[in-house]
Amino acid sequence: MAKVFVITGHYGSGKTNFSVNLALSLKSREPDARVTVCDLDIVNPYFRTADFKELFGGKGIALAAPAFANTNLDIPALDFDMASLLYECDYFIADVGGDDAGATALGCYAEIFKGERLEMLYVVNCYRKLTENPQEAAELMREIEAAAQLKHTGIVNNSNLGSVTTAENVERSVEYAEEICRSTGLELYATAYKRSLEADVPKPFLCDIFVKPIWDKEMRV
Amino acid sequence: METYLMKGNEALAEAAMRAGCKCFFGYPITPQTELAAYMAKQMPKRGGVFLQAESELAAVNMLLGAASTGVRAMTSSSSPGISLKTEGISYMAGCDLPAVIINVQRGGPGLGSIQPSQADYFQATRAMGHGDAYIIVLAPDSVQEMADFVALAFELADKYRIPALVLADGLLGQMMEPVSFAEPTQSSVDKSEWAANGHKFKREHNIVNSLYLDAPTLEKIVKKRYEKYKVIEENERRCECYMCEDAEILVTAYGAAARIAKTAVAKARQEGIKAGLFRPITLYPFPRQELRESAKSARVILDTELSMGQMVEDVQLSLGCTLPVEFYGRTGGVVPAPEEILLKLREMNGGKE
Repeated sequence: MAKVFVITGHYGSGKTNFSVNLALSLKSREPDARVTVCDLDIVNPYFRTADFKELFGGKGIALAAPAFANTNLDIPALDFDMASLLYECDYFIADVGGDDAGATALGCYAEIFKGERLEMLYVVNCYRKLTENPQEAAELMREIEAAAQLKHTGIVNNSNLGSVTTAENVERSVEYAEEICRSTGLELYATAYKRSLEADVPKPFLCDIFVKPIWDKEMRV
Repeated sequence: METYLMKGNEALAEAAMRAGCKCFFGYPITPQTELAAYMAKQMPKRGGVFLQAESELAAVNMLLGAASTGVRAMTSSSSPGISLKTEGISYMAGCDLPAVIINVQRGGPGLGSIQPSQADYFQATRAMGHGDAYIIVLAPDSVQEMADFVALAFELADKYRIPALVLADGLLGQMMEPVSFAEPTQSSVDKSEWAANGHKFKREHNIVNSLYLDAPTLEKIVKKRYEKYKVIEENERRCECYMCEDAEILVTAYGAAARIAKTAVAKARQEGIKAGLFRPITLYPFPRQELRESAKSARVILDTELSMGQMVEDVQLSLGCTLPVEFYGRTGGVVPAPEEILLKLREMNGGKE
């Protein structure tokens, strides 16, 4: 039976970058494990998990993306045989689209996920407008659960300010994440931050930054 | 000042509300939908109106109506939707109405693509509807500038009684960057001379109109409006110069293309290529004098756009054909990597591969 990670959150909270890093860390810890990442985003036209096809291919990680992801067919079409996908892997990571609108896509697979070992993680970022206070973040979490018909099991604090994030920015977000944990009764699953930062935070999860604009990517010439 | 991590589309919406935008009329279209979604959530909480119209035509005419009363009002769309809105924008230009329009460009022509593009430059600077008219066009290149230029667009629109367009693209609309918001600016411009906001039988009624019953009257009004354009062209040109001082190859680019070009120029400099970047911020008025000044040491220009080459014509016009102007662009929603510009710069520098 696959272990399923479902990653939700406000759009822009960093779900995709966290999902990619989670997949890579699972694969490096257990090289023989079959890891599948599923792009379940029906909201964003670009900056999505399906962008990392090449990276996953090189690491032996499977990618399941909607047939029309990154094309101009701007419709929320999902064509997954989800039960088969879960059957064919050891770790399954579903990167869900932002907010309750994005989580609606998750809802249609709720019955299938309920039968699995499920870790449903809510990604938060205190530097995102509209979820900048813990109450707003908790409220959105409940809206996502209503749309997804699934309950969260943990909080991932992924607070960041993009490329200018400092260790202090990350440390300052701990209190925010703890307040969300208190008010929702959920455990902190991880504090995710850029590998190069030396932050003193609970449950650190070091990340590489994969989601970035084309002009910040390494040049190949 | 607080710093947030925001999508370009969200920053446009947040900045508009902070600038005192009271009415937003829109119709959803990728890749600008987050702007309308943000407005829908926030406007009712902040004393404004969000209205999803039945079409782009309805939205732009609602904007005309709201702007006629003197309140700060805005609409937004992406390329095909902007085409539908041009009729109303021409009417607003003919009525001398201040209003803000956002275009988060995607590939065209026609239904085109939902990926980022800059192929609406001609439309924005030459043909926002029919008639003898210009509107102010601001081109941000970051999420911070998305926020700053919405505020500036409202300010300039009020100051000159003219529609103002923020010309962004899907990349800027969808990407996330840190952003902070300047203190909210409210309109300090007195609109009582023209705003149709209720005379209460205490004054003559104001008329907002673009129809004139005889030709010479219309000609007089259009000519007077062109005097205003002269003032705008004199006072409102804006640009950014990056390593232009001794540049032998001067790259010209705006918006997201300028971000890509800047990375390429920085890399070229490391390789000893004397490259520079000239970035127009106002596309109308185009910073012609500034470009001429920045190109003083250049022997060749490389214009780069996410299109088949549209701004390149303004670059040529500004330089009066004194320098050769080459072009590199990708279109249809394809975004070039900085490498592509760098390879072109190496080639122009004598072919170091």
